[in-house]
Amino acid sequence: MIRLVLVSAALMLLLAVTVVAAHLPLGPAKPWIAYGIAFAKATLILWFFMEMRSEGATARLAMVAAGVWLLMMLTLTAADYLTRSWIGG
Amino acid sequence: MSDAALDIDRPDEEVEDISYLRAGHSLGSWFLTTDHKRIAILYLVSITFFFLIGGVAAALIRLDLLTPAGDLMTNEGYNRAFSLHGIIMVWFFLIPSIPNTIGNFIIPLMIGARDLAFPRLNLLSWYIYIVAGFITLAVVLGGGVDTGWTFYTPLSTMYANGMVVATVVAVFISGFSTILTGINFIVTIHKLRAPGMTWSRLPLFIWSHYAVSIIFVLATPVLAITLILVAAERLFGIGVFDPALGGDPLLFQHLFWFYSHPAVYIMVLPAMGVISELITSAAHKRIFGYWFVAIASIAIAVIGFLVWGHHMFVSGQSIYASAFFSFLSIAVAVPSAIKVYNWTATLYKGDIMIDAPLLFAMGFIGLFVAGGLTGLMLAMLAIDVHVHDTYFVVAHFHYIMVGGTVTAFFGALHYWWPKITGRLYNETLARIAAVVILVGFNLTFFPQFMLGYEGMPRRYHVYPPEFQLLQVFSSAGAALLAVGYAMPTFYLLWSLRRGPRAPANPWGATGLEWTTSSPPPKHNFTQQPVVVRGPYYYPLEHPASRANA
Repeated sequence: MIRLVLVSAALMLLLAVTVVAAHLPLGPAKPWIAYGIAFAKATLILWFFMEMRSEGATARLAMVAAGVWLLMMLTLTAADYLTRSWIGG
Repeated sequence: MSDAALDIDRPDEEVEDISYLRAGHSLGSWFLTTDHKRIAILYLVSITFFFLIGGVAAALIRLDLLTPAGDLMTNEGYNRAFSLHGIIMVWFFLIPSIPNTIGNFIIPLMIGARDLAFPRLNLLSWYIYIVAGFITLAVVLGGGVDTGWTFYTPLSTMYANGMVVATVVAVFISGFSTILTGINFIVTIHKLRAPGMTWSRLPLFIWSHYAVSIIFVLATPVLAITLILVAAERLFGIGVFDPALGGDPLLFQHLFWFYSHPAVYIMVLPAMGVISELITSAAHKRIFGYWFVAIASIAIAVIGFLVWGHHMFVSGQSIYASAFFSFLSIAVAVPSAIKVYNWTATLYKGDIMIDAPLLFAMGFIGLFVAGGLTGLMLAMLAIDVHVHDTYFVVAHFHYIMVGGTVTAFFGALHYWWPKITGRLYNETLARIAAVVILVGFNLTFFPQFMLGYEGMPRRYHVYPPEFQLLQVFSSAGAALLAVGYAMPTFYLLWSLRRGPRAPANPWGATGLEWTTSSPPPKHNFTQQPVVVRGPYYYPLEHPASRANA
């Protein structure tokens, strides 16, 4: 129980960091910092609230599969956006 | 965990030998049932209803296209008719067609379980589907939607004047039904297999449903989120897809097709599982290359997630991304081709029984090959530029989704009908129906390849007069196809009353579902089955077992 309260507090802290980072002049690094904070939040939720820390190999494999699929979607979508300008649009 | 799991823990337990059809006659015994077999029947009735509605829309479209002037409907009415046809057929018929009816009924029987892992979740899945279906019907009665089944932005978010939000809410809700079914199948296949039913002894129908369940779970949430974003942009002006608000319309296409291309495999993978069962049963032979066919299902499920960009070759997508998607789209043909070769090789030197299920299976293979090969053409960048958004594409995906999936669905229905109902149907009428469907289908859709190649765009109902002859052929074929689809309704329903009683194993097939009575008892088996050999163990290849067959 104490662990969950601590994790909740950590999530709130990360939320505060998100809000502060959004208002700082961080230039092009700003979205990457936001992605990093979001990744940290998701990891905490998966590990503690979704109880991945105590799950077996199959459930963890399912979690990894979901992550890999998300990565596939983002990577191939980015392959479009990042290469559009290569031949002048 | 369900009672089904307990059964495996008590293998010697005798259970009541009463047919699931006789285990209660009240409405409550059906609408509150947690029996996977009854839920499968609920789904069967529901999807038949939606197939009828989608079919009426198709009939209106084909009637309208009889004349080049589009005399029957207004432009707006035509847009709404093909949108309704697509939305109903994709989400309320094709996607649940085989998994939720045949899969729901057969999967626990095939693996020797008493039920699915989560019986209540299974019933909830049906209710969610029905709620989504009712909302869709309300949309129809309220005037419909004119975006097509693809909801492309900015049309759907800025310009469409139909009931877009209600429709995307209906599809969003139906997605939860799909996800629950996928979770149920995955857990069932992992946890509830009978003693001795190892992964290498799983029937290929199970492998294909395992593969499709992965897609259910991993792809459907993306569609749900995408449609909610469409609704959010339309209702609240949140900029996601509208460039004026900082969004990008192509982002919608990426997200939509990340779900919707795998959705094609949602439709065809269960059909492939059906064909593996029908072919081996008819040939009385073990499948040629069991592991190749099984792994091909998983490969199709995985590679199928990497090809969505071939829907966007002319949308402004980067040419480099397009080239990559083109390569992957060609690659996904490999596991599909493996299956086709292995089915035909299975028939070689088989003890072939030419009954209606085999005729449907053969029809599937021919139509799937035509649809698959034209899919390869569409995966080529240069050809796609020429035929994109033409009737060529319409014909291609109908060869896969209707020629493939619907034909396999009818094949499955005929193959397992004696098991589901305990009755035999008129075999002659069934064979005639299989041939009528095959002829009617080709007459409907082959002219559309020609129309598309000649330049007839899809989603137009006013067209140049030189296209009329082929359009008339197509509409005539649709009428014949409707007759073919209607025929089973009559002789199958007739068989419920007058058909001879079916034995436990009318096809002489292998598989645990054929070891229990027809129809099965409420808890599937009177004794827990124990599996001692692989699937498709037929006397032809194992003469020693002929005496026991």
